[in-house]
Formats: sequence, C-alpha cells, structure tokens
Amino acid sequence: MNGAQDLGGMMGFGPVAPEPNEPVFHARWESRMLANVIATQALGWWTGDRSRFARESLNPGFYLTHSYYEIWLAALENILAAERLVGADEIAAGHALRPARKPDAVFEASNVVSALTRGWPSDREPQAAPRFKVGDKARAKNMHPTTHTRLPRYARGKVGVVEIVRGCHVFPDASAEGRGPDPQWVYNVRFSARELWGEEADPRASVTIDAFEPYLDAA
Amino acid sequence: MPHDHDHDHHEHGHGHDHDHDHEFSELSDVALRVRALETVLAEKGLVDPAALDVIVDTYETRVGPRNGARVVARAWSDPAFKARLLEDGAKAIAELDYGGRGGEHIAVVENTADTHNMVVCTLCSCYPWPVLGLPPVWYKSAPYRSRAVIDPRGVLAEFGVRLADDVEVRVWDSTSEMRYLVLPMRPAGTEGWSEEQLAALVTRDSMIGVGQPLAPGSVA
Repeated sequence: MNGAQDLGGMMGFGPVAPEPNEPVFHARWESRMLANVIATQALGWWTGDRSRFARESLNPGFYLTHSYYEIWLAALENILAAERLVGADEIAAGHALRPARKPDAVFEASNVVSALTRGWPSDREPQAAPRFKVGDKARAKNMHPTTHTRLPRYARGKVGVVEIVRGCHVFPDASAEGRGPDPQWVYNVRFSARELWGEEADPRASVTIDAFEPYLDAA
Repeated sequence: MPHDHDHDHHEHGHGHDHDHDHEFSELSDVALRVRALETVLAEKGLVDPAALDVIVDTYETRVGPRNGARVVARAWSDPAFKARLLEDGAKAIAELDYGGRGGEHIAVVENTADTHNMVVCTLCSCYPWPVLGLPPVWYKSAPYRSRAVIDPRGVLAEFGVRLADDVEVRVWDSTSEMRYLVLPMRPAGTEGWSEEQLAALVTRDSMIGVGQPLAPGSVA
C-alpha cells in the first residue's frame, strides 16, 4: 500500500541523526515490546508480513511522528483486536476481562534460544521455472495495491537489470493476506540513479531492490 | 496503577486499521500501555513472561555488531572463507555459529577501491540481526530511509564518509527477506594482524556502509 512506510525519495525530514553510544533499548518498555511481538508472532496465527502491513496501515500522521516501537505497539494492538485476542478495554483495565482462544503451544523460555537461532527461513521450493535470468532487463510494474507489497514506489515503472537470481521465497504480498506462502522467484534488480531520479542524478550511483517476480515485466 | 491516564482509554475503531488514532503524549504512558498489554497476554496464556525475558536477554547480551566484526575479520584473514561468504552469506556466517531470526538469508557485499556499498530498508527496518544486532534508531528513521536511495553521497558525507567522484555508490534496499552485510576494505597497515586485532577495527557503521573501519593506529 502507498502508506507512510514507503519513504524512499521523500524529502524534508532533515539530516540523519546518529546517537553516540546508543543503547540497545532506550527504555525497558521497548525491550518488552520487541519480545511481545516476537512471542505473539511465534504462536503462528499471523505472519511477519501481516505485522508489517499492520504497521503500514497506521495513519501516516501517526507513523511519521512516533518511534518505531510505538509503531510496533499500535500495530500489535490492532492485530490482537482484529483477532479478538485482546481488546482495548482490557489494555485500559490492565487485566484480562474475558478468556481468549488457546494456542497449541505458547512460546516457552526453554525454546527461545533454539527458535531464534533457527529463525524462520523464507526460501521455498519453486512452483515454476524463473522467467528472468542474470543480465535481463526488467521493468517494475506500475502497480498500487492497497495491500502489503515490497515494491517501493520509487522503482515502479522503472527499468533495471537483473543482477542476481535469489531463489524462490514466500511472497509477502500473499502472506500478509493469509494467502501464503505462494512462493515466487526473487531477483536482485539494479536501477541506475538516473533511471530512478532523472538526468540530474549521480551518474555513478545505483540502487538495487530484491523484486518478487510478479513485480516485473520484461523490458 | 496502570490505568489512571484518561487519554489511554479512548476507543479504537477495531477492524479498520487505516484510521487508527493512538496518542502517546509521554513516554510513561507508553510504558504503562506495554505493561498492560503484556499482563493481559500473560493472563490469557498467550505469552510466557519468562520467554520474553530470554528474548530480551538475547538481544541485549548475545547478539550485536561484535558478531559481524568477527565475520569481517575472518574474511580479511581467510580468502577461502571470504569466497564462501560472498557466495552465500548466511551459510558462511553459520560457520561462526551466528544465524537465525532476522538473518535467515544474508547477502554480503564487498567494498573495493572502485565500489562503495551501503544498505538501507526504505520500507521498514530490515537489518541482519544475527551479525549486527538490533538496528539503531537512525537506521529505522525517516531521514535515513528517505534519503539513502536518492542522495547516498549526501548521507555518506553526513556520516563523514567522503568518496572520490569516480567511486561508484551501490545502495542495497532490503526489500525481500534478504538482509545485507557490507564487507569493508581491510585497512592498510594491518599485515600480520590476528583476527581479534582486526575485529577491533570493524565498526557497526562500516558493516552498514555508512562508515569506514578504524585506522590501525586508533586501537592499542
């Protein structure tokens, strides 16, 4: 969706402001927020792509004026409400007011390290042969889905060159909607800065994206 | 008392995410809200607070940019490892027992005298967790995500990285589950250094592509 998350090429945010000796977390609640997102996602009831879509779906004014963990909190609250797991009244009360459906298995302390170390790989068996090969020109589609997508606006309609075939991976556009994994080929596609930003752009700069096959047309 | 802040109590339009209307007027409100959420989740048996403790400990103490520095130092010292690293980053990184969430798939891109690589995630905050830890705030922020793709040399200059005009800048926007680690150039004057010595020169920013490794004279 064309939400506030799609920031590439926007202007007016000012300089990048690194914080010297930045701590991993700036407050305890940030660390608990991260952990709650990971633990609830590990229940298997929704995908990371749906979590991303929930963040992107926040009002742009909210998204652009809150910290990343505040965005995570708001998005998780929305998912939990939509799933009828936790209501706003319960968060306001600070206690459960009614039972929720039970998971097959809660994410237990004894499993955390092995699960995090294993991770959740996204590569899948191909369902078809790849349409593109290294060196092919490809045009990113001019598409504006209202749902989750990984094709940034700045690349839409632009022509690039396939540099690397990444293999076949879970398709986030489908996975976010509960229609996953719908595996698709992924290609690393390089666009010159001039193709993306015009003739005034740096002649010795380029941007690559990892594009899922449905995003690309032959060019 | 987690619920003595009236402005935390407004109703949400559930099921309609697009006009969500949170207001967090101060940090303490957010802290209370997160605590309330965790309490409700735990009471319903949806999270185990002890598991949350382990998750937090993992990212506070076990995972961070020192992991990536060891990977880079190994690549500088061992050409065969470097070749494997550039071929399949995650697979080679697993040789050092790093891997997992947020780094299931890692591509390593090599800086050379002709080419400088920098990494961004314009759409969210994708970052190679097992080797760099959690991303710093600036990496997740609008200024970096908006400008890295349209003005990479300007962003690099703000970080103190000034490249010759004939050096090509390659920006890698992490749009799939492939995460990126930059392999910076080994500093001159480090011949014969051990991997531990070399790792001390490798900064987090140099592995994102917005910095250079430290100079050999800067560490004891």
